Formats: sequence, structure tokens, C-alpha cells
Amino acid sequence: MTDQTLGRASGPSLKQRRQRAAFWFLAPMLIALFFVAAWPLLRTIWFSFTDATLSNLYDAEWIGFDNYLQTRELSSGRVVYRGTLVDPAWWNAVWNTVRFSFVSVFFETIFGLIVALVMNAEFKGRSLVRAAILIPWAIPTIVSAKMWSWMLNDQFGILNDILLNLGLISHRIAWTATPETAMTAVLIVDIWKTTPFMALLILAGLQMVPRDIYEAARIDGIHPVKVFFRVTLPLIKPAVMVAVIFRMLDALRIFDLVYVLTPNSAATKTMSVISRENMIDFDKFAYGAAQSTLLFAIIAVFVSLYIWLGRVDLGGERR
Amino acid sequence: MRIKSIRTGLSALAVMAITSAPAAWAEELFYVSGAVGNALENFKVIVKPWEEATGNTVTIVPMPSSTSDQFAQYRLWLAAGTSDIDLYQTDVIWAPQLADHFVDLSEAAGDLIPQHFPSVIESQSVDGKLVALPLFTDAPALYYRSDLLEKYGKEVPTTWEELTQTAQEVQDAERAEGSRDLWGYVWQGNAYEGLTCNALEWVKSFGGGQIVEADGTISINNENAVKALETAQGWIGTISPGGVLSYQEEEARGVWQTGNAVFMRNWPYAYALSEGDDSAVKGKFDVAPLPTGGDSSAATLGGWNVAVSRYSTKQEAAISLALFLASVEGQKAGALMNGNLPTIPALYEDAEIAEKVPLIPRWKEVFEQAVPRPSAPVKGKYNEVSAKFWSAVHNTLSGNGTAAENLEILELDLDDIKGSDW
Repeated sequence: MTDQTLGRASGPSLKQRRQRAAFWFLAPMLIALFFVAAWPLLRTIWFSFTDATLSNLYDAEWIGFDNYLQTRELSSGRVVYRGTLVDPAWWNAVWNTVRFSFVSVFFETIFGLIVALVMNAEFKGRSLVRAAILIPWAIPTIVSAKMWSWMLNDQFGILNDILLNLGLISHRIAWTATPETAMTAVLIVDIWKTTPFMALLILAGLQMVPRDIYEAARIDGIHPVKVFFRVTLPLIKPAVMVAVIFRMLDALRIFDLVYVLTPNSAATKTMSVISRENMIDFDKFAYGAAQSTLLFAIIAVFVSLYIWLGRVDLGGERR
Repeated sequence: MRIKSIRTGLSALAVMAITSAPAAWAEELFYVSGAVGNALENFKVIVKPWEEATGNTVTIVPMPSSTSDQFAQYRLWLAAGTSDIDLYQTDVIWAPQLADHFVDLSEAAGDLIPQHFPSVIESQSVDGKLVALPLFTDAPALYYRSDLLEKYGKEVPTTWEELTQTAQEVQDAERAEGSRDLWGYVWQGNAYEGLTCNALEWVKSFGGGQIVEADGTISINNENAVKALETAQGWIGTISPGGVLSYQEEEARGVWQTGNAVFMRNWPYAYALSEGDDSAVKGKFDVAPLPTGGDSSAATLGGWNVAVSRYSTKQEAAISLALFLASVEGQKAGALMNGNLPTIPALYEDAEIAEKVPLIPRWKEVFEQAVPRPSAPVKGKYNEVSAKFWSAVHNTLSGNGTAAENLEILELDLDDIKGSDW
């Protein structure tokens, strides 16, 4: 009480002073974030409303929404729509990316959960297994993509060799070449690579679950499967949700794996790949910027939707 | 051992520094180039005389072999005006797109220009500016297994139809004898610039034009082009492995050089490598011009050039290196080591080249009739045009729509890219 009166007499309150101090501590971080995140983002959005090319970035002129959608009247009098929003190549890329994200994150979550449960159990050499399982995640994506592209090769790839010797396939499959299997190939590699990441995040959640709950369940003679669904799963749900958000963000902007494994294949081209292609290969920088902006918007919508749906569920539990 | 070589190296440098008086400082140049076969190792040998004469050194910056990947990286570097790279090895089709970023070499190369084929110099000139100097030219060949053709009493095919038949028969017969991995014909079917080259050859040899003609008209949607693509589509899974749709030059050479292909379409660089000691086809193969589809044999004009960056801080030394590489001496070394086709007519008469790389004198005629890709008429939009073309072809080959459908859409797309004019 005396503190407060004293504080009030000599200027801002303790709370105000604390807030001010907090601001000064945060300021360097905010400034850094502005320069490395906000500024490039705003620049990209600005470029998407101009006619910039890679060789003419700074004298670009404002052209409004033309990169997104414009109408053009042909000499015959017919009116046609042009721009990213009516570009079939763009929508193909959106569909590829969304399909890729859902399938990969789905399988990674399931496998990650299984791996995490195994790693959570007590057994000999557990730390060795934990370290070993992280290897795919530790290898740089470009390296693992190249490695897999050799393993998936139709002539000398080991995968075809194994499947052929086991009699599972009758002829060698050109995994990355045919449109039907190209997406599967990318999915296999991505799931292989990212399952450890999921497993690690879920394992962290699992280790927070108090042991005595399991003891209580065992004493009551509850079936382990029921324990998993009624005890473990609800308790690790927040950890899983966060892991899924991270993976979803990552999957929606996938670039490197596709670029190395199946370059230029329309069956796997994602939003990032197509926007880079326009920006650099085709010298349509502004058009690519418009696609990057849309990519940003799509990711934002996905994540907010996910968080919102997640909250609703959590609220239901509290009742 | 190492210390000794460093010491001799240092003393050699010291001697050079004293003897090469006019060059005030020994410059270290950075030369960027894609890597195919042994080209990078050989490059070091080729530039040795120049390094010794001038006291400068060259460090090579290797890039992926796909020309599309190289272009993207170079465009980024050049747009950023980087001074890290002094010389770029450029594809024959890039000159119009990158002209602004390179030094005009027409004055420096005044004496050298008349020695080269005028058409090659022409391809590297943009609005009177000589953007790059030619290193070597390229025109693909049909590589064939002379031992297998002899075994089955077959002639070297001159039409695509003959090639299809011969490849199928030899493949079937050899597989029956136990060579399970043998394929009839390998080429470059990945969706990249190389497929544009392959497909242009089919279309042109069937009389289907050159995608976009010299006057800028879009000619690709025609019956002959459809026939050409349908022929190629028929090879997938029969005489060519399904994986050919992901092959670039080096993958095709991998199948060929391990003895698993009867025919291969590839550039002359593969000749020297196939004759190497580690090659399973050494002494068992020969080359011929590509078959025709009824019109005439067509070979896509390729070739690589050297350009000096406008942003280089060591332009004088860089220009001197470019002149050396494009000179008779530089091109001859490239011909002998890499099997590169010279752009200097006199070298086709050279006795040493004729003896060591017999392909080269035979290839003069093929090169002189080579078909250029439409980079000149479509100017800065070439990459987009080429990407549309190779996508349409790749779709057709992988069974995603028929040739007629895809070419119709392609015509529409190209028309959109063209707008009012190229």
C-alpha cells in the first residue's frame, strides 16, 4: 500500500514501469523481426501490385490488381480473364500443395505417435534408439532428396531391386517420372524425413504425463488400449496440436524436396515451386510475388482455421 | 611431398610475378560452369597455358548439369550485380535474355571473330553487341551399338520408323538371351530444356516446323508435329524405359555406358567418355546423324559460350581468358579432351583432332544443318515458351492428354505469352 502511494507520487506506477521496461527489453527483438520478417513480406505484397521484373526491380510501376485478375478485350471483341486467380497452373499447384500437406501431415502424425510411444517405453538402449531415429531429420533435405532420387531410380535404384526380388512388382517402376507415382514418391520421402520431428514433439508431450495416472489405471485393471484413448491421448493433445501446426506450416510451403526429386513435373509442382519459377525462370517477378502473397494468405487462413477449430474442441472438454 | 609441391608452386609463382611484368597483380578469376562428364577436370588442364603465360589463376565454380537450373542461378547473381563471378559459361540460347549483364566483346575479339563460323557469332550478338565468345558448338548424334547391329545384321537406321523396329527386335532378341536390363533407345525425356531439344528434333524431322518460326508465327499446332509426338509416345515402355521421362543427358549416358542400350541420343561429349577405359561399350559403338521422320534429319543446335560479367572488377584479365578459351589453342584442347565441336572451321581439317576424335570432322555437316531453338524470335520470353513446350510434350509422353489436344492448348498458351508481339 505504501509502495503504491509512494510510486504514484513519484511518477508512473510499478505496473507502468514494468511495462515500459518490458518494451525496452523486447525492442531489439521487434526491430529484428521487422527487418527479417515484416519488411520482406510487405515488399513482396507491394511487388505483387507492380510490373516488376528481376532486371528492373526498383523502377517498377504500380498496376493494381492486374497480376491477380484482369480483363482483356481481344480484337474480336471477346473479353478474357487473365492473372493468377484464373491461371490453371496456379490452381493445380494449390491443389498439389494442399493434397500433399494433408496426406503427409496425417501419416507423419500417426507414425510419429507410434514412434513416440515406443521411445517412451522403458527398454535397454533407449537413448541409442532415440538418437538413431533422429537421423533422417538431421540430414539436409537436399542431400536426402538426392539420395532418395537415386534409390528410386528406375534402372539402378535399390527400391525397385528389392521389390522386384521380393516379387511384389513385375517390372521396374519409374517412381519420379510417371505422374501417377511422382506424388507418392515425394510423400514417401517427406514422411520418412519428418516423422522423427513429429515423434520428438509428441515424446516431449508424453513425458509430461504423470506416471501415477498409469499406476492408478493399472490397479483398476483398465485395458491398455482404453488407457491410451482415455488418458494418454487427451493429455498429450496440446502437444500434438502444436506439432501439427508446425508441420502444416512447413508442408504448405514445401519447396526443396519437390525441386530436387521431381523438377518441373506438373503432378507435384507446389505453390512455392511455381512462384519461384515465375519470379526467376520466366522473369515475371511481380506475377511470382502475387503468387507468394496468395501462398501467405492461404497459410494464414489454414492456421487460423486450425487454431480456431482447436479452441472449440478444448472448450468442449472443459465442461 | 605436399610441402615440396607447395614450395615449388610458390617459387613458380614468384618467378611468374617477376617475369610477367605488365600485369601488376596476379588476379584470381572465378569461372562458373555446369558440370558434365569430366569437363571440369579437363578445364583445369585447358586453362593451364593461359595461367602460366599471364600469372593469373582461375577457380572454377561448379554448377548442376541442368541448363535450366544454371540459368536461374545466373539470373539471380546477375540481377544482384554480384562481382564474385567474373566469367559465365553460357548456353547458346541465353544471349538475348542476359545481354544487358555482359561486357561487349566485339572490340576485344576483333581479330578472333573472322576465324569462327559467322552463324555462331551471329547467335551471340544482340543489337550489334557481342555478348559472349563461342567455346564449342553442339549438335546431337545417334549413338548405336555397332556390335549388336552387326550381330543381328541390321543397318544403321535412317528413319524413326526403322529405329523403332531395329531397337525392338534387338532388344527382344538380347533379352531372350539373358540381358534383362537392355533397352532399345534412351534419350532425354525429363521436363527441362533438354526435352525441348529432343522434341524439336522429332517435330522438325517430321516436317512440323520449329515451334515458333523465324518471323514470329506460332507453327507448332500441325498434323506433322502431332505425328512426331505420337511416334515418340509409342517408345515409352516399349523400346525406352518408363524412367526416360526423368532422364537428362547424364542419366541416359549412365544406361548407355553400362552397355544397357542399343541406341542413345546424346551430344558429342558422350563420345570421348564412351571410349573411356571404364566404359562397357568401348570400341563397340559408333555414331550417326539422327533419323528423319520423312522430312530431313534435324539436330538441335546447342553450344556453350563464355561471357564476361559487367560487374566483374577484373574485367581485363577476364576478357583475356575469354579470348584464350575461344582461340584455336583453347578450342583444340577442348576438342581433344572433351570431344567438343569447335566453332573454328579450320579445326575440322586438323589432323590431330581427326585422328583422336574422328567424330568431329564428320560432324561439320550435321552442325551446319542444325536447327536453332526459337530463342531469337521470342527474345526475353524464350524460357517461358520452352517450358510450355516441354510441358506439353512431357504431358503427351506420360499419357496425360493426346498429342493433338496438348498441342492445341500449347498454341493457345503461346499466343497468350506472345500478346501483341514477342
